[in-house]
Amino acid sequence: MTPAELYGHPKIWLIITALGIGTFVLRYSFLGWIGNRPLPEWALRHLRYTAVAVLPGLVAPLVLWPAATGGHPDPARLLAAGATLAVGLASRNTLAAILGGLVTLYLALWALG
Amino acid sequence: MTARTSLSSAYWRGCRQGLPFILVIVPFGVLFGVAGSEAGLSLTEVMGFSVLVIAGASQFTAVQLMTDHASTVMVILASLAVNLRMAMYSASLAPHLGAAPSWARALVAYFMVDQVFALSNADYERAPKQSLAEKLAYYAGACTPVCPQWYVSTLAGAWLGKAIPPAFALDFAVPVTFLAMIAPMLRSLPHLVAAAVSITMALVLSFLPSGTGLILAALIAMAAGAQTELWLIRRRAAR
Repeated sequence: MTPAELYGHPKIWLIITALGIGTFVLRYSFLGWIGNRPLPEWALRHLRYTAVAVLPGLVAPLVLWPAATGGHPDPARLLAAGATLAVGLASRNTLAAILGGLVTLYLALWALG
Repeated sequence: MTARTSLSSAYWRGCRQGLPFILVIVPFGVLFGVAGSEAGLSLTEVMGFSVLVIAGASQFTAVQLMTDHASTVMVILASLAVNLRMAMYSASLAPHLGAAPSWARALVAYFMVDQVFALSNADYERAPKQSLAEKLAYYAGACTPVCPQWYVSTLAGAWLGKAIPPAFALDFAVPVTFLAMIAPMLRSLPHLVAAAVSITMALVLSFLPSGTGLILAALIAMAAGAQTELWLIRRRAAR
């Protein structure tokens, strides 16, 4: 069953709308309502780390337990993940990291069968 | 220089400086379109994400959590958490654009993606004396090569997605995309600590139902990053 079948169209549109409105509210917040008053230091200190606190936790199980291999660690996918990180760290360039990761993935899938 | 030519030169400066980002936006958009259609979303739903949300990382997060069968509330919360940084962008732009009429501020908010923010924030800091109109013109210029391409490339990806056979292992394009977004973010010790805590806690808490573990892991990781930053400041002060 695809996620779309599981959730159904009304719930998917609920997710899209809520995410759309919520994201707009975040973007409009200071510009629109709060004006030039600066955020308290402790809030800024936490907000700085939101992306880096959410995304690695989201991606870790996908790398270790990929659904496509029945949740078992897969050497080709682990290699590709390592290559993506290495290229991304070395180049600081997202696009280069994606390319490095996908090239490694296909080479490893082909070499490891 | 007359007002009109200074406005058009600000607009074109934004346009020119935004151009290289097409190289980042187009593959991202295509990947999102592919990921969305692989998850069984209709073309309208995939486009609904890119037009109404217009924030790549959170759109990927939503689709991934739906694939993980997370509850609707958790899908929304975790995807919004990814966008919390935009409140910081909004705070940084407020001193420059806060005086604009509310329809203009609403448009600025809608188009506030990472690349456009980074460009305009840098431009306003380089030349803070620009008029409000010039700053808005620059912002519009920076959006021009970036934002419409997000819609078009999503559409292309959604069409392509159905035509790509499973041998291409596109299931793994999403983790690769996330990792590629994360790696350049790891630019300081607190960022590294936050990422390491996030991974550890997400794996440890993965037994919790539908996305709850991720939210908890993210909160703990944010606190860990902030505490590491404080620790570094105190250590520097003690020396």
